[in-house]
Amino acid sequence: MINLETPRKFRAFVHQAHQVAAEMLRPNSRRYDLAEHAYPKELDMLAAMVDGLGASGTGSGAGAGGVRRPEADEDGKVKNGSNLSSVLSVTEMSWGDVGLLLSMPRQGLGNSAIASVASDEQLRRFDGVWAGMAITEPGCGSDSANIQTTARRDGDVYVIDGEKIFVTAGGRCDAVVVWATLDKSLGRAAIKSFVVFKDTPGMTVERLEHKLGIRSSDTATIRFENCRVPASNLLGSPEVDGEKGFAGVMQTFDNTRPLVAAMAVGVARASLEATRDLLAEAGVTVDYDRPIHLQPAAAASYLQMEADWEAAHLLTLQAAWMADNGKPNSLQASMAKAKAGRAGNDITLRCIELAGTLGYSEHHLLEKWSRDSKILDIFEGTQQIQQLIVARRLLGKTSAELK
Amino acid sequence: MSGQVGTRSRRDAIGVGVALLNRVARSRAIDRFGLRKRTERVVFEATKTGFRTAGALTRSFTAASKLGKPARLPATRSTGRFDLTPTEDQQLMVGVVSEFAAEVLRPASAAADTACTTDARVLAQSAELGLSLIEVPEELGGIVTERSAMTGVLVAEAMAHGDLGQAVACLAPSAVSTAISLWGDETQQATYLPAFTGSSVPAAALAILEPRPLFDPFDLRTRATPHGGGYLLNGVKSLVPRGAAAELFVIAARSADGPALFLVESGHPGVTIEAEPSMGLRAASLARVLLADVPAVQLGTLADYADCVRLSRLGWCALSLGTAKAVLDYVTPYVNSRVAFGEPISHRQSVAFMVANIGIELEGMRLVTYRAGSRAEQGLPFAREVALARRLCTEYGMKIGTDGVQLLGGHGFVKEHPVERWYRDLRAIGVMEGGVLV
Repeated sequence: MINLETPRKFRAFVHQAHQVAAEMLRPNSRRYDLAEHAYPKELDMLAAMVDGLGASGTGSGAGAGGVRRPEADEDGKVKNGSNLSSVLSVTEMSWGDVGLLLSMPRQGLGNSAIASVASDEQLRRFDGVWAGMAITEPGCGSDSANIQTTARRDGDVYVIDGEKIFVTAGGRCDAVVVWATLDKSLGRAAIKSFVVFKDTPGMTVERLEHKLGIRSSDTATIRFENCRVPASNLLGSPEVDGEKGFAGVMQTFDNTRPLVAAMAVGVARASLEATRDLLAEAGVTVDYDRPIHLQPAAAASYLQMEADWEAAHLLTLQAAWMADNGKPNSLQASMAKAKAGRAGNDITLRCIELAGTLGYSEHHLLEKWSRDSKILDIFEGTQQIQQLIVARRLLGKTSAELK
Repeated sequence: MSGQVGTRSRRDAIGVGVALLNRVARSRAIDRFGLRKRTERVVFEATKTGFRTAGALTRSFTAASKLGKPARLPATRSTGRFDLTPTEDQQLMVGVVSEFAAEVLRPASAAADTACTTDARVLAQSAELGLSLIEVPEELGGIVTERSAMTGVLVAEAMAHGDLGQAVACLAPSAVSTAISLWGDETQQATYLPAFTGSSVPAAALAILEPRPLFDPFDLRTRATPHGGGYLLNGVKSLVPRGAAAELFVIAARSADGPALFLVESGHPGVTIEAEPSMGLRAASLARVLLADVPAVQLGTLADYADCVRLSRLGWCALSLGTAKAVLDYVTPYVNSRVAFGEPISHRQSVAFMVANIGIELEGMRLVTYRAGSRAEQGLPFAREVALARRLCTEYGMKIGTDGVQLLGGHGFVKEHPVERWYRDLRAIGVMEGGVLV
């Protein structure tokens, strides 16, 4: 039966996440935007709480643990599982503050990668580890098949050499999931991911970036020089087996893209709600029944934004729902990321125009949200990469045909 | 025509499924080859825009076996789970309707567009599918036991994948039967619904639009003035599907209390029909309906009227989904096979990204429309969701329509391909009010 409301069993949990976002993240939002690179110590307590929620079986704060695909289970019933509860939770937390959400201990994108592709043994071993994600390099961003960081097998270890940039939580996390190639001549098939702990000799956090937005989240450059990592820290199969190996690494994205889409949805909702209140103070309210052209231009503009938001929100829920029900969701995950990324950025920027100086100045958080939203249309695959993926799927094209 | 309600025994839960299966069985018998032949156009020639006619009422509606009180469909109970899977009944219904759309509507679409009418046999076959029964309670001869706005959405979407203009022509009577089911009193239900559940479904139309810029369905110029026990209507309604053939109208007019719906039989001499061919939806035989002191009875309340406007807009959103999907399905193989500069044009991002964005926005339109439909049938407030769906379907529906032509270049501009028709049809979304109802 078609029903697109928040599942009944998640309502209390979503309410709880909203309370955390409102009472914990929002009040600290401006402080850590201004104090870039200061560690938000409030998050330690919050993370403990989120761990508790995770243990209780509900989706976790940043969704890191919630992206594991359920085992095929054929009772025929539609499931609302951890993927869905994770995007709902991430939406609420990002409504509070997406930078702080990204700084949440033990909830990094690396944790999502581990949850997605680790073996059960690795899952136990890496339990409780805060893991960042290290893919991008100075000379390689969207074309992640082209990474230059190498991993050379040497007995029981892999020796990693290379430089990674834009590692979210790279300064604060316990470990990073590093993408490296076993053999550059074998192309994407040879790319593997490794869990590398911060105390591993040869691994250095070189610097932290100063950014447009999500300033409370640290973004690090990490150098690997003769960094020896236990072979058992390789995620997935060590074999170089054609497309399958790389597909496994890329599968992480099917699970994390809906989470980033949820972040954009949460940030955009924050802007929309604040703007609606400001417009109401100015005497403008949206009438859902009257034709749009008979309403003030601000109301019409708002309605368009809210419509785009609703589409982004539901696309995100759809992608997560499909994951929970074991349906392949690459296409829908990319659609959600594309729509939420661009709508989130567009909405937060247009809200500033509507709010005037109140939107532009630091008196309000509207300007911050419009800076934060930009990265959500970039990381975990840019808008253009999402469009490429969607286009290839719809048109049945390979990456060699449609470049 | 009348009297069928009394003879129909009450269906149990299994009966509803069987009733649907019966429809499936009939659809297999569709004569798909006879359809392209032009039938004589009884009502008007498309080109004769000045053509005027009297209303087309040929039957008399009389109340038969009235219930003690009006039958009302209860809201659908939610499972409480987020779910995008249609029910088995819905899948069955959509399967049948999709087949009808692909094998009957699509092949007939160009001719129907040119002729400005939908072939009588197409209309008869669509009636056989039971389209006007989807929202009629089983005790009144319909096939449902609870609200089914979502089914209406899925059916409209599937129909419009075949052809939007013919879909509107086929669905127009069910807008009236649905309105009477949802808001009619026991006398109105007993008088009019038997015709819609019988073997010869009458042409009928829900008329809300009026011909003026910035039209607002909550600020109507058509007036309903009290007269005797009922009202007299005066005014002009615009873009009324199959107006010339309609025997019964549900007309939006302004009474002293505000805008409301009124039932009008088309046989009164004060009813004049004027052909109103438009840029698209030509197969729906759009017409103006001129009303001069036409007797009418009120249908439902002022609050019901607001729901009618919303459910009608929802219907147009659903229709846009089908046609926009038709565009996507058509341009995909085209851009893959069309070669320029030595390779398929789909190998260029400027082309491929247009296709990707059609896919992305269409999926968003679809989900927002579904949410509105599912809220409506669950008895939840749905004004917001309909407004958002209408915004998306108007904006991106038209974008998809124009990109559909663009992707075919000059070939898209000529009638060899259907994209120019979809372009014209999709412009209707956002303009239309009334005509369809889910």
